[in-house]
Amino acid sequence: MASARQTIVDPAARFETRAATREAPWVKWTLIVIALSFFALFLLMPLAAVFAEALRKGWAAYFAALVEPDALAAIRLTLVAAGIAVPLNLVFGVAAAWAIAKFEFRGKHFLITLIDLPFSVSPVVAGLVFVLMFGAHGWFGAWLNAHDIKIIFAVPGIVLATVFVTFPFVARELIPLMQAQGREEEEAAIVLGANGWRTFWHVTLPNIRWGLLYGIILCNARAMGEFGAVSVVSGHIRGETNTMPLQVEILYNEYQFAAAFAVASLLALLALATLGIKTWVERRAGRASRTIQDDASS
Amino acid sequence: MKRSTLFRALLTGVAAAALSSVAWADQTLLNVSYDPTRELYQAFNAEFAAHWKKTTGETVTIKQSHGGSGKQARSVIDGLEADVVTLALAYDIDEIAELSNKLPKDWQKKFAANSAPYTSTIVFLVRKGNPKGIKDWGDLIKPGVEIITPNPKTSGGARWNYLAAWAYALKKNGNDEAKARDFVAKLLKQVPVLDSGARGSTNTFVQRNIGDVLLAWENEALLSINELGPDKFEIVVPSLSILAEPPVAVVEGVAKKRGTEKLAKAYLEYLYSPTGQKLAAKNYYRPRNPEHADAADLARFPKLDLITIDSVFGGWQKAQKTHFSDGGVFDQIYAPGGK
Repeated sequence: MASARQTIVDPAARFETRAATREAPWVKWTLIVIALSFFALFLLMPLAAVFAEALRKGWAAYFAALVEPDALAAIRLTLVAAGIAVPLNLVFGVAAAWAIAKFEFRGKHFLITLIDLPFSVSPVVAGLVFVLMFGAHGWFGAWLNAHDIKIIFAVPGIVLATVFVTFPFVARELIPLMQAQGREEEEAAIVLGANGWRTFWHVTLPNIRWGLLYGIILCNARAMGEFGAVSVVSGHIRGETNTMPLQVEILYNEYQFAAAFAVASLLALLALATLGIKTWVERRAGRASRTIQDDASS
Repeated sequence: MKRSTLFRALLTGVAAAALSSVAWADQTLLNVSYDPTRELYQAFNAEFAAHWKKTTGETVTIKQSHGGSGKQARSVIDGLEADVVTLALAYDIDEIAELSNKLPKDWQKKFAANSAPYTSTIVFLVRKGNPKGIKDWGDLIKPGVEIITPNPKTSGGARWNYLAAWAYALKKNGNDEAKARDFVAKLLKQVPVLDSGARGSTNTFVQRNIGDVLLAWENEALLSINELGPDKFEIVVPSLSILAEPPVAVVEGVAKKRGTEKLAKAYLEYLYSPTGQKLAAKNYYRPRNPEHADAADLARFPKLDLITIDSVFGGWQKAQKTHFSDGGVFDQIYAPGGK
């Protein structure tokens, strides 16, 4: 039931108690100190710097920077883009993982490779692809212009770019999970008379829900934080096509450092919240798999 | 079962966040501009909106987009619906006219003074006390001087920088093109990093503390001193520089489609009005009609020998073709990281 991540029952403890595998204390402590100082230097310090800069001019200036109309518009656009991209990729991810894990068909490996494409393509290229397709001189440019439909340099382009870069997250999380689970339980449900939907809601979904939630969290974090692809298709219109990461860049370029870091700190808070939820999900998933194992063995 | 209900609720919650509305004002105008004009148009847009409300009773919201001049022109060509463009140099607007047919080829005759309501020039920004003793273009190629300038391929300001250096060398060496080429090649060898836009270069110099001298728009140099402290930097005015004319134009194809022709024209004309000229001077641009500006603002502009692109380089089309096109002089003399 559990993926590789959750089955490990802390081998470190077992390692430590045996003389043969125990390291000399200085090796142990040197390693710990190196790891921790690296962590402090490259993660904690920059994070602290973001908040210190954001609050340099005090709390009043901090909140003023966040409720400024252009900043609010950027926050709203980021939420809209993530709010569309995440559910779309949720549906796609479940469908793709289902197809790959439960069926045999020609071109399956090609599909798996294709799902990974957004991971391997540079986000800037991803953005340019949309300019080539929907730009004034792109494939559909003339038609779009004739029908007065705006895709790039407008909200739809930003949503498209976000969907593209966050495409693999849910599917990638679910495929190994569903492959490991196999199809016995679904087959049993069908034999017992459940229809497709019922099987999905009552058998498949409960089995994959933690993996799914994990995928959604990662997908959402990337959707809100994406810079490169969105920057290419944005057009940088203030208060209209700037997402939060783009707004940070603009404010920084306008010498409004405190405001830039205030918006940046929101993104950082989002990352911290994501981290918190992720830890919680992992713990729940671990507990859920253990309960199932206990049930099975008793 | 309880848990899966909670889970479903969570999913619908995410979907609900997607629904949100954007408020639209009566009429909107999109001004696509280059990097250092941010502060100018922030002030000018507020003034114009008030003026328009008073004279016509209509509410207008002006949206801004900023970036490297060449990049912004590219976006307009690709379909960014700018009602007006206010870019760093004429060539970039020529490109829009050439590649998109949204502008007439003679766009530069539509407004007074080559369609440039304000001008600027290129000066040097050095660290306080001028530790490397930089006084003129000739001092830039002394050994050990690190120069910061953006990439002429993407930045308008960088092209003005490059041409100003070239013009200085021409004058110094009795119009010897080979010597001018040699001088600019030497100068480029002392540039550690070419940013894509003027504001990026300014940040490299003032924030990241890289380099001994920044070749900058006069307005950008004055602004950064004002924003980041006169105790850290000072301006050096060279013996000769170039008259930079950042032009403006109505993107007629877009304005006609959106029904903003009259508004767009009035917006750009207002730049020439006493209010517009005064704001330009306040934001460190040299006004075309200095009689409208505050004397204190004008006092910040030193007098210096300014050459024009038409007299020395035969206009932007020719300068662009010779120097900045693929395989042009810049490509021949600039080798990244080369010594």
